[in-house]
Amino acid sequence: MAARIQIPREAMRGDVIEVRILIQHPMETGYRHDDVGRLIKRNVINVLSCRYGGVEVFRADLSSGISANPYVQFYTVAEASGDLEFTWIDDEGQQGSEHQSIVVKG
Amino acid sequence: MRRARALLALAAAALAAGAVLAQERAIAPGELKSGSAFLGSDLRALQNDDFANPGMLWVERGEKLWREPAGKKSLACAGCHKDRSMRGVAARYPRIDSASGRLLNLEGRINRCRTERMGAEPLRYESEELLALTAYLARQSLGLPVASSIDGAARSHFEAGRTSYHLRRGQMNLSCAHCHDAQWGKRLLSETVSQGHPNAYPAYRMEWQTMGSLERRLRACLSGIRAEMLPYGSPDYLDLELYLAWRAQGLTIETPGVRR
Repeated sequence: MAARIQIPREAMRGDVIEVRILIQHPMETGYRHDDVGRLIKRNVINVLSCRYGGVEVFRADLSSGISANPYVQFYTVAEASGDLEFTWIDDEGQQGSEHQSIVVKG
Repeated sequence: MRRARALLALAAAALAAGAVLAQERAIAPGELKSGSAFLGSDLRALQNDDFANPGMLWVERGEKLWREPAGKKSLACAGCHKDRSMRGVAARYPRIDSASGRLLNLEGRINRCRTERMGAEPLRYESEELLALTAYLARQSLGLPVASSIDGAARSHFEAGRTSYHLRRGQMNLSCAHCHDAQWGKRLLSETVSQGHPNAYPAYRMEWQTMGSLERRLRACLSGIRAEMLPYGSPDYLDLELYLAWRAQGLTIETPGVRR
């Protein structure tokens, strides 16, 4: 599962930073049928979590109402240099993760 | 006197030629609008956002594939196209392949390289890999004008494409021109009819919830007018793609586009 993360490379301590993530996933709703009429099983990313320096700063429970290739954006406060680590898991148990580091000055 | 008459005849011929050319272009150059002009501001913003545009996931994958060796010769695309920029290449497709004399679109070009130079299997149309490579190549021509040539060997394909564009098809008995030349800008249920330009493909379409090629879009149109869908890569599509590229001259490449 490919993903893209966008955060500033550098920030001043106390800055509010924008965090964006785009994950490639079909987010199969469970309501669709295939070409021969069989129901396609629901398979969505159900949990997306972000840890910053080991502390969870964001968590979302996604469901079938979220479109394919979900894009999530939130804000957090730059406290210390470190990694923002994203992890997610879908209904089939497939896990994904991606991380990016930030340098905090001041 | 004779010379004056000859000049007059020449002028008349030039005028007639001009008129024919003007007739050929159903949409005046000043009125040419890319598909993104018919989108809401939200989707237009999504397309223009290099990060959030979901098509960029395929562009990124394509960049990886470009460097990945494949096939019997274990060659990567980047192995041959080493330092050469691919900027502007996609804007010239579809074009005649000089070796075989056949018309190729970008997908066909990639697969020809794979089979002839890399000893690899051709990629299936609409496969994630082919979409990724096509999107990656087309992205490098971002902002460049659509510039396919209809001269020489391409001419007959162009003529065939024009005929195809104006051919009434399917149970609704419609040609492409009926909507995209004559009715663009008007409402079709919740949609605004676009001018039908190919300059943003492969594009991410909301209806598909994924990336798709221009041919997939053409098939969607054919299905919409209840006409027969041809198989992917069929020569008829290629001719039509060339005609569409000529029609879009004056627009710039937008890949990966975001469309409804």
